[in-house]
Amino acid sequence: MIAVELIKMVCRPRTWMIIAMLVALPTLVAVLLAVTELGPRPGTGPPFLSAVLTDGTLFPLAALGVVLPLFLPIAVAVLGGDAIAGEAQTGTLRYLLVRPVGRTHLLLAKLVTVVAFVLLAVLVVAGVSYLEGRLLLGKAPANGTVSLSGSTLTQDELGWRTAVALGYVVICMLGVAAVALFLSTLTTSSIAAALGTVGVLIASTVLLGLDAAAALHPYLPTRYWLAFVDLFRDPVLWRDVQRGLIVQLSYLLVFTLAAWASFTTKDITD
Amino acid sequence: MTENTRTNGQVISTRGLTKRYGDLRAVDAVDLDVAEGDVYGFLGANGSGKTTTVRMLLGLVLPTSGETRVLGKPMPAARRAVLLRIGALVEGPGSYPHLSGRANLALLDATGSDRRPASERRARISHVLEQVGLDPADRRPTRAYSLGMRQRLGLAAALMRRPQLLILDEPTNGLDPRGIQEIRQLLLDLNRQGTTVFLSSHLLAEVAQMCTRVGVLDRGRLVLQERLDVLLRPTGLVAVRTPDSFRCASVLGDAVVLVEGERLLVKSDDPAGLNAHLVGQGIRVVEVGFHRRELEHVVLDAGAQG
Repeated sequence: MIAVELIKMVCRPRTWMIIAMLVALPTLVAVLLAVTELGPRPGTGPPFLSAVLTDGTLFPLAALGVVLPLFLPIAVAVLGGDAIAGEAQTGTLRYLLVRPVGRTHLLLAKLVTVVAFVLLAVLVVAGVSYLEGRLLLGKAPANGTVSLSGSTLTQDELGWRTAVALGYVVICMLGVAAVALFLSTLTTSSIAAALGTVGVLIASTVLLGLDAAAALHPYLPTRYWLAFVDLFRDPVLWRDVQRGLIVQLSYLLVFTLAAWASFTTKDITD
Repeated sequence: MTENTRTNGQVISTRGLTKRYGDLRAVDAVDLDVAEGDVYGFLGANGSGKTTTVRMLLGLVLPTSGETRVLGKPMPAARRAVLLRIGALVEGPGSYPHLSGRANLALLDATGSDRRPASERRARISHVLEQVGLDPADRRPTRAYSLGMRQRLGLAAALMRRPQLLILDEPTNGLDPRGIQEIRQLLLDLNRQGTTVFLSSHLLAEVAQMCTRVGVLDRGRLVLQERLDVLLRPTGLVAVRTPDSFRCASVLGDAVVLVEGERLLVKSDDPAGLNAHLVGQGIRVVEVGFHRRELEHVVLDAGAQG
């Protein structure tokens, strides 16, 4: 079942449209930077963007910093929201269930597929932006990349830190995926489920900007999204990355269980 | 085939099957009995609870109370084992619009637990597509299909595993008269080869032409369940059509049960004798024959009593 869902996802033109859109924005940024050579001043704008003019190998991280706050979560919300509701809309859900595919099994396959999509999207964005960085932007300094703390990172160090950062970005999307999946079991409209998920993320962002909500901040799903920047400090600052991990896994657990409880007891009437 | 013998010839049986939505009893204490080899027609107006009942049989909707056994096993508890031997079409076909009919069937076939070699699966898909009258080489996406083609594709999906029981909700929906004829023939052929067919419909003519047993649902209650030939057996009356209905009525006297324009119902079990008698009296007879009830009347009467 998981294999079937993965094939469905990969063979669907929509998947690649979304990924193309995810790639388009960093590409535009790379072209603009290369043409104008006007980077944001250090300390402003998305992370790493001020550094890429001198070091193009950092561009994948800058690209992730560009898509992570908005584009990637919306893509995950759309796919996750479509997971069950979309099957209900096309009338295929009932035929899968009488095939029979177990409801828990189906839910699990859908969740794995959304995570696989995030992985695919992140890898494509990172790969394309790496090429763009090498071709359009500054060459890496021969003596290694300068970390955010001012020390120098060797290529090896930069490599594993980048890999961990990519993994962290994928994990950051788990919470979104689980919320979207849960909402997808409640409605037969995939748009409603996707918009509901985006609503949750917007609410989280609004609360993060509000000092009165400070007590809630550590529990908000978007709070630690950009913590992957800390991986490029020397030594690595793990605190926020770890907290982000715990927050995401908690959201994943709670909302996957909610989705399971809702879906396995539901009357399928569409 | 030990699985078959365990059903004791009873393919579907429900006892007190009930589904409540709030105060509304969508399905109310229904006792269905479908025997092996039946072509069972499940009749009822729109909104009478047919589809909800079908969904409960398939484990899609969970009953409020009551007991359901399908192929000898309790539903929905044993749905994994039971559903493998059922083909179903529930409230219209469903398909992924961007894929061809063949690709849709292949995806559906790849789910579920009955794994077969790839070559066997391809052959099986070609076979069912031909069976329902679709071209196995058609590569158009199903969004380009007509309503009738989608319906055929839905049937193909139901037939794919050569199920022991077919549960079909409005199987001829959207088909033209010729398509209806083809599908009816296909279902009757399958039934002859041993498939039990349970079909729900609001088309009385369709059921009258195919079914061996009927059940009638009215506002959630099963108001009638009987063999079709029992329902439609002769009533002990003879129907006579004549332009001389008044004279005819006076000649036959007390034997006449009903006069309705040119039509009379007469107590008699000998239409030929009656005809000879009337013609002898100089009464012009247009038509004479055993009176049989029509399924429509049977169903409407059952609904009125319920």
